[in-house]
Amino acid sequence: MSILVKPNTKILVQGITGSFGAKHAQLSIDYGSQVVAGVTPGKGGQFFEHGGKKVPIFDTVADAVKQTGATASAIFVPPPFAADAILEGSDAGLEVVVAITEGIPVRDMIRVKRAMQGNTKTRLIGPNCPGLVTPGEGKDSHGGCRIGIAPGYIHKKGNIGVVSRSGTLTYEAVWQLTSRGVGQSTCVGIGGDPVNGTSHLDVIKMFNDDPETKGIIMIGEIGGSAEEEAAEWIKKNCKKPVAGFIAGATAPPGRRMGHAGAIVSGGKGTAAAKIAAFKDAGIGIAATPSEMADTLLKMM
Amino acid sequence: MNIHEYQAKQLLAKYGVAVPLEIPAKSLAEVRPAADKIAASGSAKVVVKSQIHAGGRGKGTFKSGFQGGVKVAGSVDEAVSFAEKMLGQILVTKQTGADGRKVQTLLISEGAKIKKEFYLAVLLDRANSRPLIMASTEGGMDIEEVAEKHPEKIFKEHIDPAVGIQPFQARKIAAALGLKGDLFNAGVKLIIGVYNTWWECDAAMVELNPLAVIELRDGKEIVVALDAKISLDDNALYRHKDIQEMRDLNEEAPLEIEASKFNLNYIKLDGNIACLVNGAGLAMATMDIIQHFGGMPANFLDVGGGASKEQVTAAFKIILSDPNVKGILVNIFGGIMDCNVIATGIVAAVKETHLNIPLVVRLEGNNVAAGKKTLAESGVAIITGDSMADAAQKVVKAVGK
Repeated sequence: MSILVKPNTKILVQGITGSFGAKHAQLSIDYGSQVVAGVTPGKGGQFFEHGGKKVPIFDTVADAVKQTGATASAIFVPPPFAADAILEGSDAGLEVVVAITEGIPVRDMIRVKRAMQGNTKTRLIGPNCPGLVTPGEGKDSHGGCRIGIAPGYIHKKGNIGVVSRSGTLTYEAVWQLTSRGVGQSTCVGIGGDPVNGTSHLDVIKMFNDDPETKGIIMIGEIGGSAEEEAAEWIKKNCKKPVAGFIAGATAPPGRRMGHAGAIVSGGKGTAAAKIAAFKDAGIGIAATPSEMADTLLKMM
Repeated sequence: MNIHEYQAKQLLAKYGVAVPLEIPAKSLAEVRPAADKIAASGSAKVVVKSQIHAGGRGKGTFKSGFQGGVKVAGSVDEAVSFAEKMLGQILVTKQTGADGRKVQTLLISEGAKIKKEFYLAVLLDRANSRPLIMASTEGGMDIEEVAEKHPEKIFKEHIDPAVGIQPFQARKIAAALGLKGDLFNAGVKLIIGVYNTWWECDAAMVELNPLAVIELRDGKEIVVALDAKISLDDNALYRHKDIQEMRDLNEEAPLEIEASKFNLNYIKLDGNIACLVNGAGLAMATMDIIQHFGGMPANFLDVGGGASKEQVTAAFKIILSDPNVKGILVNIFGGIMDCNVIATGIVAAVKETHLNIPLVVRLEGNNVAAGKKTLAESGVAIITGDSMADAAQKVVKAVGK
């Protein structure tokens, strides 16, 4: 098992004909993921061809789902159209919608989140996230499910769940694990925006319930209080060892550190408060980002 | 993006929020006619307010020694004489840092007799992804301090984005502030206007501190936004051409403006070890690990996911424009991008900038062996690090020598 997606999950790509979407659709196909459809309004009936595969393109997500049975989507459409794309995926009844797009206005996401309230079928991951990977069993984890922009080859099939707001910091953690011969069940990037579909806590709960996941790495950063909420739940409920790292201890208050959500404002969202919450919850704290894997492995 | 007080009030006024009579002046020549108009309106006092993107203006000090970034003048002549000492001068407040900010605009305003001061703000509550209005009877104070010491004095009302603010919600807030009679009704209208400004302008934060009840000359009391601060969601500026024009480059660090031209995300800090990293999370973590090993980061710099040779060269130039920088740490996890392309870019940048301070490079990821070979055979002095920790320790040591 794994969480959210399995190696045979059927994926559609919204924005497959844009340069960014096309590049990563190709990489997912190369990784052996089941990319079954693309959606670009006005290009329905055409095909996206790569590596000997012909992926049909549809005008609407609803059509793509009906024709191909896709259950998950990756969204690469530009920011002004991304909110619409997310809600289209939700309307079509997809199980997982992964919004890779960076730079969606907060107001658009507030509306999306409100519109999806009570929708128990569709889970939104992101936006502004690297996506998710459930590694496969082949060489360099080939044959897994890669939705998004993460490098597939750094993964290895195994039992550690990874959840993070940051892309490259996720890769860092994954690579530390893989280099030590330790594989991952699923790696989830939840994104660096202040309003996102899935929180650290949502993913932690899934890992806790997943029999294949034996340990968890949770990577957070300054801004908001999602890490604290996850820590509080872990303290009371989590049956598995969790190690963590919080980025941004040296960030000056009031400045946005790259990610729209990475800001200490009004004395809230500091690294110190998050680290304290981790400690209180018995989460192993990596003193430096170089020690994320080792911190967890020592606990197991 | 932040805007000035006078610009914030222009936006608020568009949405029906009452503001005092005020006129911005960008030169001394504009000050007297503005002050004349204020005096002609019947105001006994003329207030001269420095316009900079930082708080604490009233208690600030100009580098010339002149005290106070906000002055109340008893006459037009006095207002002009204050303006002469403020316009073009550097104002230092508790929020500007020691460098201060140059005052390029003054806001000439009517002098109001303040009867009551409140706090009112609209922001995103990240915990439930909904707009939140915060109000307090403790206006004109540091709201963080109020939140800490008297949380019961802060009234909160969430807005359902599906329907927007409802008048009853504004009435609850006006009642919590203790407004009565005509002031109650005026307050309700003002609160709705403040919320609509936040929503319609894609603001990150709208803050009135204080929102005030003032007494006019005829003894009538009105409720107005006496001070206002608005910050905008950068991601939404594309749909607000009018607000884009309010950007004041004088308020931004020159190096940060330069970096943004190359799609680099750069923030200058006070340390001496520069870093160049791909990805915001990894960039923050790199700053942290430098400090963990006893160094001080000179900047945050995210070159993004697909850094080109031109971007890397531009990044080096920006980093080296900071005179405090005594060493550089490059930390790249090339997941998709080719480490060899990055290595080639680094070597080219080192040669082009005639780099003469220690450079530590940590490369990991796609085609890393070729990248390391390119660095080793380049003939330029580059220290390589095997892990983030190794690289951070090496750069701290090299700079410490």
